[in-house]
This record gives sequence, C-alpha cells and structure tokens, in this order.
Amino acid sequence: MTQHQLDARRMLCPLPVIRTQQKVEALTTGDTLAVVCTDPGALHDIPAWCRVNGHEVLGIQEQDDEIIISIRVGEE
Amino acid sequence: MQQPRKAAALISGGLDSLLAARVIQQQGIHVEGINFYTGFCVEGHTHAIRKKDKARPKRNNALWVAEQLGIKLHIIDIIEEYKDIVANPKHGYGANLNPCLDCKVFMVRKAREWVERKGFDFIITGEVIGQRPMSQRKATMPVIAEESGADELLLRPLCAKNLPPTLPEREGWVDRERLYGFEGRSRKPQMALAAELGFEDYAQPAGGCCFLTDAQYSHKLADLWRARGDRRYELDDIMLLKVGRHLRPRPHFKLIVGREDGENKFLQGYRKQYTNLVTISHNGPLVLVDGDVNDDDLLLAARLTARFSQGRDSDRVDVQVNMRKGDSKTLQVAPMAGDAIPKDWYL
Repeated sequence: MTQHQLDARRMLCPLPVIRTQQKVEALTTGDTLAVVCTDPGALHDIPAWCRVNGHEVLGIQEQDDEIIISIRVGEE
Repeated sequence: MQQPRKAAALISGGLDSLLAARVIQQQGIHVEGINFYTGFCVEGHTHAIRKKDKARPKRNNALWVAEQLGIKLHIIDIIEEYKDIVANPKHGYGANLNPCLDCKVFMVRKAREWVERKGFDFIITGEVIGQRPMSQRKATMPVIAEESGADELLLRPLCAKNLPPTLPEREGWVDRERLYGFEGRSRKPQMALAAELGFEDYAQPAGGCCFLTDAQYSHKLADLWRARGDRRYELDDIMLLKVGRHLRPRPHFKLIVGREDGENKFLQGYRKQYTNLVTISHNGPLVLVDGDVNDDDLLLAARLTARFSQGRDSDRVDVQVNMRKGDSKTLQVAPMAGDAIPKDWYL
C-alpha cells in the first residue's frame, strides 16, 4: 500500500475526475491517493465517482482555494 | 452458473440513456456506463466559473445517472481525437457547428473498441428514431451501426422494435418483446417509462448537452477558426469560449473580458499565457488579449478595458498592461464610449 498524489489544480470538472480515474487504474487495492484540485465541482464529482466505482473517500480538506480529496483504492 | 452477459451503455446524463440502461439491467444483463468527454460538454464547467451560478447544483449528471442505476461509470477523455470530428465532419454540421452524426458514429466506435478490450458483449444507447433532426433518424440508425463497426452489437432498447433484430436479441441474451418502439420527438413515452421505472428526478437539458449546438458558442468558434486561418483549437481555447464577453476589434486580435468576479478569477489562471489588461485606478475586469498586438492595438484594448470598468464615466482610467513576455506598463486612457463600440465587435 502506497500513498500517491495527483495535481488537478486549474482543471475544470470532469477533468479532475478523469485524471483521478486514470491514476487509480495504475494503482492497486488499498493504495491511497490525494487529489489536489481547485474546481469546487470536484467536491461533488470525485466522491460520486468513488461511490459508483467502489473506492472510498477518506477525507476532504479545503484550504484557501485548494481542495484535497483523499481516497483509498477499492477492489477492481 | 453461467456469467451474465455484459453490456456497455453510453451514458450522457440525460433521461434516454438512463432508461435504456435500466431496461437492459432488468433483463439480467451486467451493465457498465461509458461517458465521453469532448471538451464541449455543458456538464461540469460553467457552473464552477460564474459567481451567480455558485448556488446551482454541481452534480455531474452522468455520474448521478450511474448512481441511480447502481453501475460503474467510465469517463473517457476524447478531447484530442474529437478535434478532427469537429473540424472535418464527413456528414456535415447541424444548425450550428454541431457534427452530431459524426459524433455519434465516433462515440459508438470508441465504445466498440472499449467492449472489445474489456470483454463485454454488446453496446446500448438511448437513441430514439426521430428524436433528433440530424443524428437520430430512421436513415441514420444503420449508418451509425455500420460506420462505427459496431454493426449488430449495437442495441437501442428504446426503439429496438422499430429496427431489425440485433445479435443480442437474436441470440436470446435480451428479450426483444420487453424492449420498446418509441419514435418521434415527443418526450411523453420516455416520461411515462421513467415514472413506471420509478425515476422522478432526472436531467432535462434544454438544447442538448453540447456547447456546439449553441448558436452563440458556434459563432465564437467560427470566429476563432477564421482568425487563425484554419480549423484548429486547443482545450484552453474552447474553455475560454465559454467565459466572458468576447470582442474582436481587429481581425488579428480579440479581447476576452471577465463579466464578474467568478470569471475574472477563472481568467487569472491564463495571465501567463496571454497579454492581459487590468484597471488600477478603478475596479474593473481582467481582460485577456488573444492575438499579436502592437502599441495602437494595446491603446484600443486599454480604452475598451476602461469602458467595462467602474471608471467608464471618468475622464481618465489607469490601465496596467501585462505582456505575455513578462514586461508591463501603465496606460492612462479615456474610456471608450459605449455607443462608439461597433456592434459587430461583439462575438
């Protein structure tokens, strides 16, 4: 299990979701990924994407204009 | 026990693809959704930009549909490949720069490649004969199936009874009798089916889910192509066409003027890529310059920037010009009068 980070700043939804999906495809079950984004749409879309695809949202932090969404990769 | 057959559903986020997927799920088929992102999707972007839209729901309708259906959703980035579809559509455009038939062929082809790669059995779409004037007609249904290469693997559950049986029907994977024969522009059959299936809340986008069906957006894209001398664009170009007031005072440059705080903030992300102007003596918009400009052009751009600032009625407004190459200067200008701006400068 390893920790990873994805910079999705300045991307507008659904691009942060697409980049998250691409990154997760290369990870293994149990890995964690912190997605850093600036589009508030990601606050809704990334958790929704996690729910439909079986991944877990570990937490969401909002700091200034940045949002960090931490997820744990589920089973394929 | 035999594994269930697997279908990939093209999910737009609208009602028809939601219904088509549910109808097939009800026949015991394992369904997963595919949603394509072209860069022109109305979904997602603009609600995040304009301040007045901040309170609107920010849900992505395709993801929302997938949640309602309880299916996985694969969002596929086709931005690069899609450029050629927009620039050179074999079947031409609709009322605006919408290449709907080529778009559908392309998406079904990508879906076919996906099902082949993932070991799925067939493809479903929410298409209904006669629903859309360009891409969803009786004559175009076989064109999409043939040109995409999906052929008999393409099943349209909502209008299947008006079309020849496809492989999933002939093989008995799907019971044709439990499919539908919707036809025409009326939405009533879909709304009745939605009620029957227990769906009460669903997206009903006016004018479709693609910016290319929008007349003003298409006008701005056509202007961009004309100014560049060819039909090319980058993702940033088509994002910026969705934001701000666009004016083309001269053939070789245009201005993108933020209309409110949300847009100004969004445009700030492009300050390093574009020469930009901002008023410093008064509150005002951030203005990006798209094109190569000389000193006279910058003076005109500064007067226009002042016009859209709170200093529009002042004798003099200080405008800071930040060149793309990094240097900056301040111009003191008289704001241009509103009636001095030719109407055809507005895109």
